[in-house]
Amino acid sequence: MSDIHFDETVDITDKVCPLTFVKAKAAIEELDEGQVIAIRMNDGEPVQNVPRSIKEEGHKILKLVDNGDETYTLYVEKVEDEE
Amino acid sequence: MAEKIDYGSLKKGGFMRQKQKGYFSLRLAVVGGQMTGEQLLTVSKVAEKYGHGYVHMTSRQGIEIPFINFNDIEEVKAELLAGGVKTGVCGPRVRTVTACQGAAVCPSGCIDTEDIAQKINDRYFGRELPHKFKFGCTGCQNNCLKTEENDVGIKGGMTVTYDSEACIGCSVCTKACREGALSMENGKVVFEESKCNHCGRCVKSCPVDAWKGEPGYIVSFGGTFGNFVYKGEEVVPIIGDEETLFRVTDAAIEWFAENANPSERFRKTLMRVGDEEFKEKIKAAFEG
Repeated sequence: MSDIHFDETVDITDKVCPLTFVKAKAAIEELDEGQVIAIRMNDGEPVQNVPRSIKEEGHKILKLVDNGDETYTLYVEKVEDEE
Repeated sequence: MAEKIDYGSLKKGGFMRQKQKGYFSLRLAVVGGQMTGEQLLTVSKVAEKYGHGYVHMTSRQGIEIPFINFNDIEEVKAELLAGGVKTGVCGPRVRTVTACQGAAVCPSGCIDTEDIAQKINDRYFGRELPHKFKFGCTGCQNNCLKTEENDVGIKGGMTVTYDSEACIGCSVCTKACREGALSMENGKVVFEESKCNHCGRCVKSCPVDAWKGEPGYIVSFGGTFGNFVYKGEEVVPIIGDEETLFRVTDAAIEWFAENANPSERFRKTLMRVGDEEFKEKIKAAFEG
């Protein structure tokens, strides 16, 4: 199902809340507007909460894919802040 | 020194008798855990001038100023009032209404808890009853305010609906839901409504607003967390409007006033007389 084109990847499975989101946010900040990042995260709290936090930051969530190894990959398109 | 101290009326006015003779810990009126900066400065000045220069934060979002001398009571009350601070209550009546910050501030909030707390306070605070009666409001299922500990607890929730046309099939909501009510089938979400606990996490997480949520109030009755511990229970489904909410809370408080023995907590009354009639009354109020 990972037929989505992406420009960057970040693995946040080595972090726990709230650093999961912090690491993902930092990685998104490196992107240009419209670029897509694949964020690999653990099952449980990260997959329950990180997508929503990224939505609240205003970025565009494209898809969540179950990797079948108790991790998920979230595809996110960067949206720049409107000033 | 005063000849006779009327502890009953002092308690009513928020003066809590201390171990130290002639001294009181003065309870202040706080609604939903909020005070203005100006009010805090007033409290600070009074604590410095009349107390021991400190305050105590109570377990239910109140503030008390310990070591107020009996002889200073009138001056203390006047100085507090001049700075916009009222005294709280103790004893057999409606107590401090507690609240989390709710939807006005918190991303998880489903309802405006501070607004509801203020309205409950305006409606019931200090009302005389057979025993203490506590209200607590929390914005969502995270339950920061522990609503089921209260005689009446109000928890924010959402009645949710799914728009499969708008859904992009990203599946984020199926993981955001903690009740296992959502699953993916052919790129769309299958919603098992009977498992829904109205947390609204699908709405909050959906990137394209394919989930819509109508805010509502989940009400629990008869909670207590002191000498006797009992988790408040829901009697009616999630309530969608304020008018119905207050009809239901009115019914609960009236039933308690009519049925409780003096010094009997809400739950103890429900256990003594049975809760069938109470539930009927609440359901009737819910249905209008």
